[in-house]
Amino acid sequence: MNESNTIDYLMLLADSSLIMGQRLSEWTGHGPMLEQDIAITNISLDTIGQARYFYQLAAARLNEKSGNADVTEDTLAYLRDAHQYKNLLLVELPNGDWGQTILKIFFYAHRQKLMYEKLSGSADAEIAGIASKALKEVEYHVSWSSDWVKRLGDGTQESHDRMTKALEYLWPYTGEMFVPATYEKNFLENEFSFDVLKQGWLDKVSGILTEATLSLPPADTYMHTGGKTGVHTEYLGYILAEMQFLQRAYPGCEW
Amino acid sequence: MRKLSDNMDTEALQKSFDEKIEKDIKIEPKDWMPVEYRKTLIRQISQHAHSEIVGMLPEGNWITRAPTLRRKCILIAKVQDEAGHGLYLYCAAETLNITREEMTEQLLSGKAKYSSIFNYPTLSWADMGAIGWLVDGAAIINQIPLCRTSYAPYARGMVRICKEESFHQRQGFDILLTLSRGSAEQKAMAQDAINRWWWPSLMMFGPPDNESPHTIQNMKWKIKRFTNDELRQKFVDMCAQQVEVLGLQIPDPDLKWNEERGHYDFGPINWDEFWNVVKGNGPCNKERMAARIKAHEDGEWVRAAALEYARKEAAGLTGKQSEKATIKK
Ligand SMILES: [Fe+2]
Ligand SMILES: [Fe+2]
Repeated sequence: MNESNTIDYLMLLADSSLIMGQRLSEWTGHGPMLEQDIAITNISLDTIGQARYFYQLAAARLNEKSGNADVTEDTLAYLRDAHQYKNLLLVELPNGDWGQTILKIFFYAHRQKLMYEKLSGSADAEIAGIASKALKEVEYHVSWSSDWVKRLGDGTQESHDRMTKALEYLWPYTGEMFVPATYEKNFLENEFSFDVLKQGWLDKVSGILTEATLSLPPADTYMHTGGKTGVHTEYLGYILAEMQFLQRAYPGCEW
Repeated sequence: MRKLSDNMDTEALQKSFDEKIEKDIKIEPKDWMPVEYRKTLIRQISQHAHSEIVGMLPEGNWITRAPTLRRKCILIAKVQDEAGHGLYLYCAAETLNITREEMTEQLLSGKAKYSSIFNYPTLSWADMGAIGWLVDGAAIINQIPLCRTSYAPYARGMVRICKEESFHQRQGFDILLTLSRGSAEQKAMAQDAINRWWWPSLMMFGPPDNESPHTIQNMKWKIKRFTNDELRQKFVDMCAQQVEVLGLQIPDPDLKWNEERGHYDFGPINWDEFWNVVKGNGPCNKERMAARIKAHEDGEWVRAAALEYARKEAAGLTGKQSEKATIKK
Protein backbone atom coordinates (compact mmCIF):
# COMPACT_ATOMS: atom_id res chain seq x y z
CA MET A 1 0.00 0.00 0.00
CA ASN A 2 1.13 3.53 -0.70
CA GLU A 3 2.43 5.03 2.55
CA SER A 4 1.43 8.57 1.65
CA ASN A 5 -2.21 7.48 1.44
CA THR A 6 -1.91 6.15 4.97
CA ILE A 7 -0.36 9.37 6.24
CA ASP A 8 -3.02 11.47 4.54
CA TYR A 9 -5.70 9.26 5.95
CA LEU A 10 -4.21 9.50 9.45
CA MET A 11 -4.24 13.29 9.07
CA LEU A 12 -7.91 13.19 8.16
CA LEU A 13 -8.66 11.20 11.30
CA ALA A 14 -6.36 13.22 13.55
CA ASP A 15 -7.25 16.68 12.26
CA SER A 16 -10.97 16.01 12.45
CA SER A 17 -10.78 14.80 16.03
CA LEU A 18 -8.43 17.58 17.11
CA ILE A 19 -10.54 20.37 15.67
CA MET A 20 -13.66 18.78 17.12
CA GLY A 21 -12.01 18.66 20.55
CA GLN A 22 -10.61 22.17 20.20
CA ARG A 23 -14.07 23.53 19.47
CA LEU A 24 -15.70 21.56 22.29
CA SER A 25 -13.11 22.79 24.77
CA GLU A 26 -14.49 26.28 24.21
CA TRP A 27 -17.45 25.11 26.33
CA THR A 28 -15.31 24.29 29.36
CA GLY A 29 -16.43 26.61 32.14
CA HIS A 30 -19.41 27.89 30.16
CA GLY A 31 -21.81 24.93 30.02
CA PRO A 32 -25.53 25.17 30.79
CA MET A 33 -25.12 23.10 33.96
CA LEU A 34 -22.16 21.84 35.86
CA GLU A 35 -22.70 18.13 35.13
CA GLN A 36 -22.94 18.82 31.41
CA ASP A 37 -19.94 21.14 31.47
CA ILE A 38 -18.03 18.15 32.80
CA ALA A 39 -19.56 15.79 30.23
CA ILE A 40 -18.78 17.90 27.18
CA THR A 41 -15.28 18.49 28.50
CA ASN A 42 -14.86 14.72 28.67
CA ILE A 43 -15.80 14.43 25.04
CA SER A 44 -13.34 17.15 24.19
CA LEU A 45 -10.61 15.27 26.05
CA ASP A 46 -11.54 12.00 24.35
CA THR A 47 -11.42 13.45 20.86
CA ILE A 48 -8.14 15.30 21.43
CA GLY A 49 -6.78 12.08 22.92
CA GLN A 50 -7.77 10.17 19.79
CA ALA A 51 -6.18 12.84 17.63
CA ARG A 52 -2.95 12.47 19.57
CA TYR A 53 -2.80 8.72 18.95
CA PHE A 54 -3.23 9.25 15.22
CA TYR A 55 -0.68 12.08 15.09
CA GLN A 56 1.81 10.03 17.08
CA LEU A 57 1.39 7.12 14.72
CA ALA A 58 1.79 9.36 11.67
CA ALA A 59 4.87 10.98 13.23
CA ALA A 60 6.45 7.60 13.94
CA ARG A 61 5.92 6.46 10.37
CA LEU A 62 7.19 9.69 8.86
CA ASN A 63 10.30 9.56 11.02
CA GLU A 64 10.85 5.93 10.17
CA LYS A 65 10.73 6.76 6.51
CA SER A 66 13.02 9.79 6.69
CA GLY A 67 15.38 8.38 9.28
CA ASN A 68 15.01 11.60 11.29
CA ALA A 69 13.11 12.24 14.48
CA ASP A 70 11.88 15.72 13.69
CA VAL A 71 8.17 15.00 13.32
CA THR A 72 6.07 14.92 16.49
CA GLU A 73 2.40 15.12 17.33
CA ASP A 74 2.99 18.80 18.01
CA THR A 75 4.75 19.65 14.74
CA LEU A 76 1.82 18.05 12.96
CA ALA A 77 -0.81 19.88 14.97
CA TYR A 78 0.92 23.23 15.42
CA LEU A 79 3.05 23.78 12.35
CA ARG A 80 0.75 22.98 9.47
CA ASP A 81 -1.38 25.67 7.88
CA ALA A 82 -5.08 25.51 7.06
CA HIS A 83 -4.64 24.18 3.53
CA GLN A 84 -2.68 21.24 4.94
CA TYR A 85 -5.40 20.38 7.44
CA LYS A 86 -7.68 17.59 6.25
CA ASN A 87 -10.47 17.75 8.81
CA LEU A 88 -14.13 17.63 7.92
CA LEU A 89 -15.78 21.02 7.53
CA LEU A 90 -18.42 19.97 10.05
CA VAL A 91 -16.03 20.03 13.00
CA GLU A 92 -14.63 23.50 12.34
CA LEU A 93 -18.02 25.22 12.36
CA PRO A 94 -18.71 27.45 15.36
CA ASN A 95 -20.30 25.81 18.38
CA GLY A 96 -23.34 28.07 18.24
CA ASP A 97 -25.77 27.36 21.05
CA TRP A 98 -25.83 24.17 23.11
CA GLY A 99 -28.25 22.57 20.66
CA GLN A 100 -26.04 23.21 17.65
CA THR A 101 -23.02 21.81 19.47
CA ILE A 102 -24.98 18.73 20.53
CA LEU A 103 -26.11 18.11 16.99
CA LYS A 104 -22.56 18.50 15.69
CA ILE A 105 -21.34 15.89 18.17
CA PHE A 106 -24.32 13.69 17.34
CA PHE A 107 -23.61 13.61 13.59
CA TYR A 108 -19.90 13.16 14.06
CA ALA A 109 -20.05 10.55 16.82
CA HIS A 110 -22.49 8.32 14.93
CA ARG A 111 -20.18 8.42 11.93
CA GLN A 112 -17.08 7.84 14.08
CA LYS A 113 -18.69 4.82 15.66
CA LEU A 114 -19.30 3.17 12.28
CA MET A 115 -15.82 4.11 11.03
CA TYR A 116 -14.04 2.86 14.13
CA GLU A 117 -15.99 -0.38 14.00
CA LYS A 118 -14.65 -0.91 10.50
CA LEU A 119 -11.16 0.31 11.30
CA SER A 120 -10.81 -1.89 14.38
CA GLY A 121 -10.66 -4.74 11.89
CA SER A 122 -8.16 -2.96 9.64
CA ALA A 123 -5.17 -4.81 8.20
CA ASP A 124 -3.05 -2.00 9.66
CA ALA A 125 -2.73 -3.35 13.19
CA GLU A 126 -1.72 -0.05 14.75
CA ILE A 127 -4.67 1.81 13.30
CA ALA A 128 -6.92 -1.07 14.31
CA GLY A 129 -5.62 -0.81 17.87
CA ILE A 130 -6.33 2.91 18.14
CA ALA A 131 -9.75 2.47 16.58
CA SER A 132 -10.86 -0.22 18.97
CA LYS A 133 -9.72 1.82 21.96
CA ALA A 134 -11.50 4.89 20.61
CA LEU A 135 -14.63 2.92 19.92
CA LYS A 136 -15.50 2.61 23.59
CA GLU A 137 -15.24 6.35 24.04
CA VAL A 138 -17.26 7.09 20.93
CA GLU A 139 -20.05 4.80 22.05
CA TYR A 140 -20.51 7.10 25.02
CA HIS A 141 -20.47 10.17 22.76
CA VAL A 142 -23.17 8.53 20.67
CA SER A 143 -25.46 7.77 23.57
CA TRP A 144 -24.87 11.08 25.34
CA SER A 145 -25.51 13.18 22.24
CA SER A 146 -28.49 11.05 21.18
CA ASP A 147 -30.11 11.56 24.58
CA TRP A 148 -29.61 15.29 24.27
CA VAL A 149 -30.99 15.40 20.73
CA LYS A 150 -34.17 13.75 22.01
CA ARG A 151 -34.36 15.99 25.05
CA LEU A 152 -33.94 19.17 23.05
CA GLY A 153 -35.93 18.16 19.98
CA ASP A 154 -38.83 16.96 22.07
CA GLY A 155 -38.42 19.33 25.04
CA THR A 156 -40.01 22.76 24.89
CA GLN A 157 -41.21 24.67 21.86
CA GLU A 158 -38.12 26.87 22.09
CA SER A 159 -35.72 23.94 22.22
CA HIS A 160 -37.53 22.29 19.32
CA ASP A 161 -37.24 25.46 17.24
CA ARG A 162 -33.57 25.86 18.08
CA MET A 163 -32.88 22.26 17.07
CA THR A 164 -34.72 22.74 13.82
CA LYS A 165 -32.50 25.71 13.06
CA ALA A 166 -29.36 23.83 14.03
CA LEU A 167 -30.41 20.94 11.81
CA GLU A 168 -30.86 23.26 8.84
CA TYR A 169 -27.46 24.80 9.46
CA LEU A 170 -25.47 21.62 10.02
CA TRP A 171 -27.11 19.16 7.65
CA PRO A 172 -25.34 20.47 4.51
CA TYR A 173 -22.01 19.63 6.18
CA THR A 174 -22.87 15.97 6.85
CA GLY A 175 -22.52 14.77 3.26
CA GLU A 176 -18.75 15.22 3.25
CA MET A 177 -18.40 12.37 5.74
CA PHE A 178 -19.48 9.94 3.03
CA VAL A 179 -17.65 11.30 0.02
CA PRO A 180 -14.20 9.70 0.18
CA ALA A 181 -11.12 11.65 -0.84
CA THR A 182 -8.80 9.81 -3.23
CA TYR A 183 -6.25 9.01 -0.50
CA GLU A 184 -9.07 7.80 1.72
CA LYS A 185 -10.39 5.46 -0.94
CA ASN A 186 -6.88 4.24 -1.65
CA PHE A 187 -6.13 3.59 1.98
CA LEU A 188 -9.34 1.74 2.60
CA GLU A 189 -8.76 -0.18 -0.67
CA ASN A 190 -12.46 -0.43 -1.14
CA GLU A 191 -12.56 -2.41 2.10
CA PHE A 192 -16.05 -1.15 2.44
CA SER A 193 -18.57 0.88 0.58
CA PHE A 194 -19.18 4.48 1.53
CA ASP A 195 -22.75 4.07 0.37
CA VAL A 196 -23.28 1.32 2.92
CA LEU A 197 -21.60 3.47 5.57
CA LYS A 198 -23.86 6.38 4.71
CA GLN A 199 -26.97 4.20 4.82
CA GLY A 200 -25.99 2.79 8.20
CA TRP A 201 -25.45 6.32 9.53
CA LEU A 202 -28.66 7.62 8.04
CA ASP A 203 -30.70 4.79 9.57
CA LYS A 204 -29.36 5.50 13.06
CA VAL A 205 -29.49 9.27 12.83
CA SER A 206 -32.89 9.55 11.22
CA GLY A 207 -34.38 7.12 13.75
CA ILE A 208 -33.27 9.32 16.63
CA LEU A 209 -34.22 12.58 14.90
CA THR A 210 -37.71 11.18 14.36
CA GLU A 211 -37.94 10.18 18.01
CA ALA A 212 -36.87 13.73 18.79
CA THR A 213 -39.81 14.95 16.67
CA LEU A 214 -37.38 16.60 14.26
CA SER A 215 -37.83 16.15 10.55
CA LEU A 216 -35.01 15.21 8.24
CA PRO A 217 -34.01 17.87 5.71
CA PRO A 218 -34.76 17.00 2.07
CA ALA A 219 -32.63 14.27 0.50
CA ASP A 220 -31.45 16.60 -2.27
CA THR A 221 -29.99 19.20 0.13
CA TYR A 222 -26.76 20.67 -1.28
CA MET A 223 -23.72 19.26 0.52
CA HIS A 224 -20.48 21.18 1.11
CA THR A 225 -17.15 19.44 0.66
CA GLY A 226 -13.49 20.43 0.59
CA GLY A 227 -12.17 19.86 4.09
CA LYS A 228 -10.64 16.50 3.30
CA THR A 229 -8.48 18.06 0.60
CA GLY A 230 -7.60 21.22 2.50
CA VAL A 231 -10.20 23.64 1.19
CA HIS A 232 -11.83 24.90 4.36
CA THR A 233 -14.32 27.43 5.66
CA GLU A 234 -13.03 30.78 6.91
CA TYR A 235 -13.36 29.49 10.46
CA LEU A 236 -10.39 27.16 10.38
CA GLY A 237 -7.84 29.95 9.91
CA TYR A 238 -8.97 31.55 13.15
CA ILE A 239 -8.97 28.26 15.02
CA LEU A 240 -5.39 27.62 13.96
CA ALA A 241 -4.27 31.20 14.61
CA GLU A 242 -5.42 30.81 18.19
CA MET A 243 -4.29 27.24 18.70
CA GLN A 244 -0.85 27.64 17.13
CA PHE A 245 -0.02 31.10 18.47
CA LEU A 246 2.64 30.12 21.02
CA GLN A 247 4.42 27.67 18.75
CA ARG A 248 4.49 30.26 15.99
CA ALA A 249 5.51 33.22 18.18
CA TYR A 250 8.29 31.32 19.97
CA PRO A 251 9.51 28.74 17.49
CA GLY A 252 11.58 25.79 18.55
CA CYS A 253 10.87 25.97 22.28
CA GLU A 254 10.05 23.26 24.78
CA TRP A 255 6.81 23.82 26.65
CA MET B 1 -44.77 25.39 79.27
CA ARG B 2 -44.13 24.37 75.68
CA LYS B 3 -41.65 27.20 75.30
CA LEU B 4 -39.75 26.16 78.39
CA SER B 5 -39.37 22.55 77.28
CA ASP B 6 -38.16 23.74 73.87
CA ASN B 7 -35.50 25.74 75.61
CA MET B 8 -34.48 22.78 77.67
CA ASP B 9 -34.30 20.63 74.56
CA THR B 10 -32.16 23.21 72.87
CA GLU B 11 -29.87 23.36 75.83
CA ALA B 12 -29.45 19.62 75.87
CA LEU B 13 -28.87 19.56 72.14
CA GLN B 14 -26.34 22.36 72.37
CA LYS B 15 -24.56 20.47 75.10
CA SER B 16 -24.33 17.30 73.08
CA PHE B 17 -23.19 19.30 70.04
CA ASP B 18 -20.46 20.96 72.11
CA GLU B 19 -19.36 17.58 73.40
CA LYS B 20 -19.05 16.21 69.91
CA ILE B 21 -16.95 19.18 68.84
CA GLU B 22 -14.84 18.80 71.95
CA LYS B 23 -14.22 15.11 71.26
CA ASP B 24 -13.64 15.63 67.54
CA ILE B 25 -16.73 13.66 66.61
CA LYS B 26 -17.91 14.81 63.20
CA ILE B 27 -21.26 16.53 62.78
CA GLU B 28 -23.51 14.78 60.26
CA PRO B 29 -26.33 16.48 58.28
CA LYS B 30 -29.11 14.91 60.37
CA ASP B 31 -27.50 16.01 63.66
CA TRP B 32 -28.74 19.04 65.51
CA MET B 33 -26.47 22.07 65.07
CA PRO B 34 -26.60 25.71 66.18
CA VAL B 35 -28.20 28.06 63.67
CA GLU B 36 -25.03 30.13 63.42
CA TYR B 37 -22.88 27.05 62.80
CA ARG B 38 -25.14 26.05 59.93
CA LYS B 39 -25.11 29.57 58.52
CA THR B 40 -21.35 29.82 58.74
CA LEU B 41 -20.91 26.50 56.97
CA ILE B 42 -23.34 27.38 54.22
CA ARG B 43 -21.50 30.63 53.68
CA GLN B 44 -18.08 29.02 53.69
CA ILE B 45 -18.88 25.93 51.62
CA SER B 46 -20.89 27.78 49.00
CA GLN B 47 -18.21 30.44 48.76
CA HIS B 48 -15.70 27.68 48.28
CA ALA B 49 -17.87 26.07 45.58
CA HIS B 50 -18.29 29.39 43.78
CA SER B 51 -14.53 29.87 43.86
CA GLU B 52 -14.01 26.53 42.12
CA ILE B 53 -16.49 27.48 39.41
CA VAL B 54 -15.31 31.04 38.84
CA GLY B 55 -11.78 29.68 39.08
CA MET B 56 -12.40 27.72 35.89
CA LEU B 57 -12.48 30.97 33.90
CA PRO B 58 -8.95 32.37 34.16
CA GLU B 59 -7.41 29.03 33.24
CA GLY B 60 -10.11 28.17 30.75
CA ASN B 61 -8.90 31.29 28.99
CA TRP B 62 -5.75 29.45 27.82
CA ILE B 63 -7.19 26.08 26.85
CA THR B 64 -7.51 26.90 23.17
CA ARG B 65 -4.00 28.40 23.14
CA ALA B 66 -2.10 25.73 25.08
CA PRO B 67 1.31 25.28 23.42
CA THR B 68 1.34 21.48 23.04
CA LEU B 69 -1.34 18.80 22.84
CA ARG B 70 -0.13 17.25 26.06
CA ARG B 71 -0.31 20.56 27.94
CA LYS B 72 -3.71 21.20 26.40
CA CYS B 73 -5.09 17.91 27.70
CA ILE B 74 -3.61 18.47 31.15
CA LEU B 75 -5.11 21.95 31.31
CA ILE B 76 -8.55 20.84 30.13
CA ALA B 77 -8.54 18.02 32.67
CA LYS B 78 -7.47 20.43 35.38
CA VAL B 79 -10.23 22.92 34.67
CA GLN B 80 -12.65 20.01 34.54
CA ASP B 81 -11.41 18.87 37.98
CA GLU B 82 -12.32 22.30 39.31
CA ALA B 83 -15.86 21.83 37.98
CA GLY B 84 -15.90 18.51 39.85
CA HIS B 85 -14.77 20.26 43.03
CA GLY B 86 -17.54 22.80 42.64
CA LEU B 87 -20.01 19.97 42.23
CA TYR B 88 -18.92 18.07 45.40
CA LEU B 89 -19.00 21.28 47.36
CA TYR B 90 -22.45 22.33 46.16
CA CYS B 91 -23.63 18.84 47.16
CA ALA B 92 -22.01 19.20 50.58
CA ALA B 93 -23.72 22.57 51.05
CA GLU B 94 -27.05 21.10 49.96
CA THR B 95 -26.95 18.78 52.99
CA LEU B 96 -27.39 21.95 55.06
CA ASN B 97 -30.75 22.71 53.46
CA ILE B 98 -29.92 25.12 50.72
CA THR B 99 -30.44 24.34 47.04
CA ARG B 100 -27.94 24.72 44.25
CA GLU B 101 -30.34 27.14 42.56
CA GLU B 102 -30.33 29.36 45.65
CA MET B 103 -26.55 29.30 45.81
CA THR B 104 -26.23 30.07 42.10
CA GLU B 105 -28.63 32.94 42.50
CA GLN B 106 -26.52 34.31 45.37
CA LEU B 107 -23.40 34.14 43.23
CA LEU B 108 -24.97 35.76 40.20
CA SER B 109 -26.63 38.53 42.17
CA GLY B 110 -23.27 39.36 43.76
CA LYS B 111 -24.54 38.50 47.24
CA ALA B 112 -22.15 35.58 47.64
CA LYS B 113 -18.41 36.03 47.37
CA TYR B 114 -15.78 33.89 45.70
CA SER B 115 -12.04 33.87 46.07
CA SER B 116 -10.67 37.26 44.92
CA ILE B 117 -7.68 35.69 43.24
CA PHE B 118 -9.81 34.77 40.25
CA ASN B 119 -10.41 38.43 39.51
CA TYR B 120 -6.86 38.71 38.20
CA PRO B 121 -6.23 38.21 34.48
CA THR B 122 -4.25 35.38 32.86
CA LEU B 123 -1.96 37.25 30.48
CA SER B 124 0.48 34.62 29.33
CA TRP B 125 0.92 30.86 29.18
CA ALA B 126 3.21 31.10 32.20
CA ASP B 127 0.17 32.12 34.23
CA MET B 128 -1.02 28.51 33.93
CA GLY B 129 2.16 27.56 35.72
CA ALA B 130 1.95 30.30 38.32
CA ILE B 131 -1.69 29.56 39.08
CA GLY B 132 -1.01 25.86 39.50
CA TRP B 133 2.01 26.42 41.67
CA LEU B 134 0.82 29.39 43.75
CA VAL B 135 -2.98 29.42 43.65
CA ASP B 136 -3.51 25.67 43.85
CA GLY B 137 -0.60 25.60 46.29
CA ALA B 138 -2.31 28.13 48.55
CA ALA B 139 -5.58 26.24 48.16
CA ILE B 140 -3.91 23.05 49.37
CA ILE B 141 -2.52 24.73 52.46
CA ASN B 142 -5.94 26.19 53.19
CA GLN B 143 -7.71 22.94 52.50
CA ILE B 144 -5.60 20.22 54.10
CA PRO B 145 -6.80 21.24 57.57
CA LEU B 146 -10.35 21.27 56.19
CA CYS B 147 -10.09 17.49 55.67
CA ARG B 148 -10.50 17.39 59.47
CA THR B 149 -13.14 20.09 59.67
CA SER B 150 -16.01 19.35 62.06
CA TYR B 151 -18.79 19.05 59.47
CA ALA B 152 -18.54 15.56 57.99
CA PRO B 153 -19.73 16.07 54.37
CA TYR B 154 -17.39 19.05 54.00
CA ALA B 155 -14.47 17.08 55.41
CA ARG B 156 -15.18 14.13 53.11
CA GLY B 157 -15.38 16.41 50.06
CA MET B 158 -12.09 18.00 50.98
CA VAL B 159 -10.25 14.70 51.12
CA ARG B 160 -11.05 14.01 47.47
CA ILE B 161 -10.40 17.58 46.44
CA CYS B 162 -7.01 17.84 48.15
CA LYS B 163 -5.67 14.85 46.26
CA GLU B 164 -6.47 16.51 42.96
CA GLU B 165 -5.18 19.90 44.06
CA SER B 166 -1.76 18.46 44.73
CA PHE B 167 -1.67 17.14 41.16
CA HIS B 168 -2.56 20.61 39.96
CA GLN B 169 0.22 22.14 41.96
CA ARG B 170 2.79 19.72 40.57
CA GLN B 171 1.58 20.31 37.03
CA GLY B 172 1.80 24.07 37.51
CA PHE B 173 5.26 23.80 38.94
CA ASP B 174 6.27 21.63 35.99
CA ILE B 175 5.08 24.32 33.55
CA LEU B 176 7.23 26.91 35.33
CA LEU B 177 10.19 24.55 35.54
CA THR B 178 10.04 23.90 31.79
CA LEU B 179 9.82 27.63 31.08
CA SER B 180 12.63 28.44 33.50
CA ARG B 181 14.91 26.03 31.63
CA GLY B 182 13.80 27.33 28.23
CA SER B 183 14.66 30.40 26.19
CA ALA B 184 15.31 33.81 27.72
CA GLU B 185 11.85 34.88 26.62
CA GLN B 186 10.26 31.88 28.30
CA LYS B 187 12.19 32.50 31.51
CA ALA B 188 11.06 36.13 31.50
CA MET B 189 7.49 34.98 30.91
CA ALA B 190 7.70 32.73 33.97
CA GLN B 191 9.20 35.44 36.17
CA ASP B 192 6.57 37.94 35.08
CA ALA B 193 3.80 35.49 35.97
CA ILE B 194 5.26 34.91 39.44
CA ASN B 195 5.58 38.67 39.92
CA ARG B 196 1.91 39.15 39.18
CA TRP B 197 0.53 36.15 41.10
CA TRP B 198 2.68 36.19 44.23
CA TRP B 199 1.00 38.91 46.28
CA PRO B 200 -2.57 38.01 45.35
CA SER B 201 -1.75 34.42 46.38
CA LEU B 202 -0.71 35.61 49.83
CA MET B 203 -4.03 37.44 50.08
CA MET B 204 -5.87 34.17 49.46
CA PHE B 205 -5.47 33.30 53.15
CA GLY B 206 -7.70 36.21 54.06
CA PRO B 207 -7.11 39.30 56.21
CA PRO B 208 -4.59 39.25 59.05
CA ASP B 209 -5.77 37.53 62.25
CA ASN B 210 -6.40 40.78 64.09
CA GLU B 211 -8.83 41.87 61.35
CA SER B 212 -10.50 38.53 60.70
CA PRO B 213 -13.90 38.69 62.40
CA HIS B 214 -14.91 35.03 62.09
CA THR B 215 -11.66 33.33 62.98
CA ILE B 216 -12.16 32.87 66.72
CA GLN B 217 -15.64 31.37 66.52
CA ASN B 218 -14.68 29.19 63.54
CA MET B 219 -11.70 27.82 65.43
CA LYS B 220 -13.94 27.07 68.40
CA TRP B 221 -16.30 25.15 66.17
CA LYS B 222 -13.31 23.41 64.59
CA ILE B 223 -14.47 24.51 61.17
CA LYS B 224 -11.08 26.18 60.97
CA ARG B 225 -7.98 24.62 62.49
CA PHE B 226 -5.35 27.28 61.88
CA THR B 227 -5.51 31.06 61.64
CA ASN B 228 -5.08 32.97 58.39
CA ASP B 229 -1.63 34.19 59.38
CA GLU B 230 -0.46 30.71 60.39
CA LEU B 231 -1.50 29.29 57.03
CA ARG B 232 0.02 32.20 55.14
CA GLN B 233 3.34 31.65 56.90
CA LYS B 234 3.31 27.97 55.96
CA PHE B 235 2.72 28.94 52.34
CA VAL B 236 5.55 31.47 52.28
CA ASP B 237 7.92 28.92 53.82
CA MET B 238 6.99 26.34 51.22
CA CYS B 239 7.30 28.67 48.22
CA ALA B 240 10.52 30.32 49.37
CA GLN B 241 12.19 26.92 49.10
CA GLN B 242 10.52 25.74 45.92
CA VAL B 243 11.35 28.91 43.99
CA GLU B 244 15.05 28.03 44.34
CA VAL B 245 14.49 24.94 42.21
CA LEU B 246 13.04 27.18 39.53
CA GLY B 247 15.95 29.57 39.67
CA LEU B 248 13.43 32.40 39.71
CA GLN B 249 12.65 35.09 42.25
CA ILE B 250 9.79 35.82 44.59
CA PRO B 251 9.07 39.55 44.15
CA ASP B 252 9.65 40.51 47.78
CA PRO B 253 12.91 42.21 48.83
CA ASP B 254 12.06 41.52 52.48
CA LEU B 255 11.78 37.78 52.05
CA LYS B 256 14.48 36.11 54.14
CA TRP B 257 14.98 33.23 56.50
CA ASN B 258 14.59 34.13 60.16
CA GLU B 259 16.63 31.68 62.20
CA GLU B 260 15.01 32.70 65.47
CA ARG B 261 11.42 32.24 64.30
CA GLY B 262 12.24 29.22 62.17
CA HIS B 263 10.26 30.85 59.37
CA TYR B 264 10.76 33.16 56.42
CA ASP B 265 10.01 36.82 57.09
CA PHE B 266 8.18 38.61 54.34
CA GLY B 267 7.19 42.14 53.40
CA PRO B 268 3.90 43.95 54.03
CA ILE B 269 0.85 42.94 52.02
CA ASN B 270 -1.11 45.63 50.23
CA TRP B 271 -4.46 45.12 51.94
CA ASP B 272 -5.96 48.13 50.17
CA GLU B 273 -5.60 46.23 46.95
CA PHE B 274 -7.21 43.17 48.54
CA TRP B 275 -10.25 45.09 49.79
CA ASN B 276 -10.60 46.84 46.48
CA VAL B 277 -10.73 43.54 44.62
CA VAL B 278 -13.22 42.19 47.16
CA LYS B 279 -15.37 45.26 46.57
CA GLY B 280 -15.44 44.60 42.86
CA ASN B 281 -12.60 46.78 41.64
CA GLY B 282 -10.25 44.01 40.58
CA PRO B 283 -9.07 43.84 36.99
CA CYS B 284 -11.56 41.10 35.99
CA ASN B 285 -14.45 41.18 38.48
CA LYS B 286 -16.87 42.34 35.82
CA GLU B 287 -15.66 39.87 33.21
CA ARG B 288 -15.86 36.91 35.59
CA MET B 289 -19.39 37.71 36.71
CA ALA B 290 -20.48 38.47 33.15
CA ALA B 291 -19.18 35.07 32.02
CA ARG B 292 -21.06 33.24 34.79
CA ILE B 293 -24.24 35.18 34.10
CA LYS B 294 -23.97 34.51 30.38
CA ALA B 295 -23.46 30.78 30.91
CA HIS B 296 -26.47 30.74 33.22
CA GLU B 297 -28.72 32.71 30.91
CA ASP B 298 -27.62 30.88 27.76
CA GLY B 299 -28.31 27.63 29.58
CA GLU B 300 -31.82 28.60 30.65
CA TRP B 301 -33.59 27.11 27.63
CA VAL B 302 -31.47 23.96 27.87
CA ARG B 303 -32.41 23.36 31.49
CA ALA B 304 -36.05 24.13 30.74
CA ALA B 305 -36.06 21.63 27.86
CA ALA B 306 -34.44 18.94 30.00
CA LEU B 307 -37.06 19.43 32.70
CA GLU B 308 -39.91 19.39 30.24
CA TYR B 309 -38.59 16.29 28.54
CA ALA B 310 -38.24 14.53 31.91
CA ARG B 311 -41.84 15.44 32.69
CA LYS B 312 -43.04 14.10 29.34
CA GLU B 313 -40.99 10.97 29.75
CA ALA B 314 -42.52 10.28 33.15
CA ALA B 315 -45.98 10.77 31.66
CA GLY B 316 -45.22 8.59 28.63
CA LEU B 317 -45.68 11.55 26.28
CA THR B 318 -42.34 11.71 24.48
CA GLY B 319 -42.00 11.48 20.72
CA LYS B 320 -45.38 12.99 19.98
CA GLN B 321 -45.03 16.08 17.89
CA SER B 322 -48.77 16.76 18.01
CA GLU B 323 -48.67 17.01 21.78
CA LYS B 324 -46.37 19.97 21.61
CA ALA B 325 -48.85 22.19 19.88
CA THR B 326 -51.46 21.58 22.54
CA ILE B 327 -49.24 21.93 25.62
CA LYS B 328 -47.70 25.21 24.56
CA LYS B 329 -46.93 27.11 27.71
FE1 LIG C 1 -10.19 23.02 43.06
FE1 LIG D 1 -7.07 23.02 41.52
